[in-house]
Amino acid sequence: MDKAEILVIGSGPAGLKAALSAAEQGAEVTLVERDPFLGGQLVKQTHMFFGSKEQYAAERGFKIAEKLSREVEAHPGIRVLCDTTALGYYDDGVVSLEVKGRFATVKPQSLIMATGAQENTLMFPNCDLPGVYGAGAVQTLMNVHGIIPGKRVAMVGAGNIGVIVSYQLLQAGVEVPAIVEALPHIGAYHVHASKVRRMGVPIYTSHTVLSAHGKDSLEKITMVAIDQDRQPVAGTEQELDVDVLCIAVGLTPLTEILFQAGCKMVYIPELGGHVAMRSDTLETSVPNIFVCGDVGGIEEASAAMVEGSIAGLTAARNFGYGKDSYEDQLAAARRELDSLRSGPVGEKIRSGLKRLSSFGEVTQ
Amino acid sequence: MLEKTGVPAREQVEAVKPTQERLAKGPVAIVECFQEIPCDPCYTACKREAFLPFEDINDLPQTDFEKCNGCGICIGACPGLAIFIVDESYADHEALIMIPWEFLPVPAEGSIVQGLNREGEAVAEVKVKDVRSAGKNKKTSIITLIVPKEFAHDIRSIKV
Ligand SMILES: Cc1cc2nc3c(=O)[nH]c(=O)nc-3n(C[C@H](O)[C@H](O)[C@H](O)COP(=O)(O)OP(=O)(O)OC[C@H]3O[C@@H](n4cnc5c(N)ncnc54)[C@H](O)[C@@H]3O)c2cc1C
Ligand code: SF4
Ligand code: SF4
Repeated sequence: MDKAEILVIGSGPAGLKAALSAAEQGAEVTLVERDPFLGGQLVKQTHMFFGSKEQYAAERGFKIAEKLSREVEAHPGIRVLCDTTALGYYDDGVVSLEVKGRFATVKPQSLIMATGAQENTLMFPNCDLPGVYGAGAVQTLMNVHGIIPGKRVAMVGAGNIGVIVSYQLLQAGVEVPAIVEALPHIGAYHVHASKVRRMGVPIYTSHTVLSAHGKDSLEKITMVAIDQDRQPVAGTEQELDVDVLCIAVGLTPLTEILFQAGCKMVYIPELGGHVAMRSDTLETSVPNIFVCGDVGGIEEASAAMVEGSIAGLTAARNFGYGKDSYEDQLAAARRELDSLRSGPVGEKIRSGLKRLSSFGEVTQ
Repeated sequence: MLEKTGVPAREQVEAVKPTQERLAKGPVAIVECFQEIPCDPCYTACKREAFLPFEDINDLPQTDFEKCNGCGICIGACPGLAIFIVDESYADHEALIMIPWEFLPVPAEGSIVQGLNREGEAVAEVKVKDVRSAGKNKKTSIITLIVPKEFAHDIRSIKV
């Protein structure tokens, strides 16, 4: 069995920053990632990011991934294991891994969970027809492998993901005849929505997909307007010929390992599902297990990076690394995080975090 | 309207428009960013300090049109692709507009393309005057179009 001072699971923006921050303080870090490459969601993001300079605003997501990955790979204090899935957590603090098809175990003194999230699905008749995809799959096909998923794609979900993936589909030369959204308003940043709208893509708010049709694969969908109680309005059915339906209806944190480790978990709808209770330095109810990024609540890469720094710094500090600069760096990260969450679009995450803290405090 | 369709309302567009007097003087940035989001690269990109300082990263951008010379640098910095330059001083019946473009094909200089409004409807044929890159690694092109003056505040995209 291997030993590790700090084990980081997941190499999205949160995990990369956590590994870097801890290693820069002098800690020994092992970073595991189930994909063959580092970067998490960032690898698929070809659009320019929001945020401020500190979080690489106006850079494209995959560029941020490249930059952080290079830093991580070059750092002598970080051991990187790609193609490595963390499988489970045992009572004695052992984490089991599948390393390129082989079983292995590691016993870290500290664990930073940065596993991100998985996509939600939607149920309707024939939702299992080939041609019905999740937005993540569509992005992976297009932006990692360079393959278009189809010729005419309808999108379900007008949140940031649905709207951005629609834009990327248009960039790939694919027609997008509709974005269908059940809510009465667009969840995406309005500038993103305006961007696809002025390319001629209609956004149908207060609409949903009633059913999909096709013999061997998707040929057509039926969409319908819905009322305040989310009930279909009779007579508003519309048929749309499409060969792909892309579902972008939200994400749920990937928390299995946190459950196994016995971290206190609560269900917070605003954060996307079950999340770990944690201290203000992101330590869970189990000492030396931290959360950062989407696994602690669905948010943004910008916030994930800052959370990663907080978790990495604190995990390292717990072993006596970087004690002198810790408070200053922590305070700076806190300010960044507060400012990112301060505006109207941060309302959901603020209320989610408030609800989470109402379940009690975690102090370490 | 904006939150239901993605198309800003007339009043919103009017509210961020420079005065007729300023427009007549020459190129100027028009920033169609109507929602408070955590974003500020427009402010940090402008070397002429034409954006009022952001107290908070969620602030709406506000432009001092007198300081802006319409250079267009901010266009490529804005992840929302929400900034456009309008130059009404170009000719009697024609104006220049600059728009960001992230699609293929990139239109050729001198070619005629369809000018689309904020709803994506073709409203006029327009001529591509100039195409430039928004800087190394940016991959956004900035396209200058010659448009009929009456559409200078409607055309915001093109169909090549
Ligand atoms: C279409 C789209 C557009 C977006 N646009 C923006 C934007 O403009 N600005 C912005 O700030 N954010 C944006 N985001 C959000 C941003 O990508 C996420 O919030 C961010 O990536 C979350 O970071 P993370 O590190 O928590 O998780 P992720 O990036 O999801 O990374 C988690 C990593 O953990 C790995 N992993 C999971 N489980 C295991 C395991 N058991 N063992 C090993 N590895 C594991 C996964 O493979 C993955 O690589 C966008 C997201 C999408 C989908
Ligand atoms: S056009 Fe140039 S001067 Fe005007 S706001 Fe943009 S960057 Fe500043
Ligand atoms: S950079 Fe663009 S999207 Fe961001 S605040 Fe400025 S105008 Fe709005």
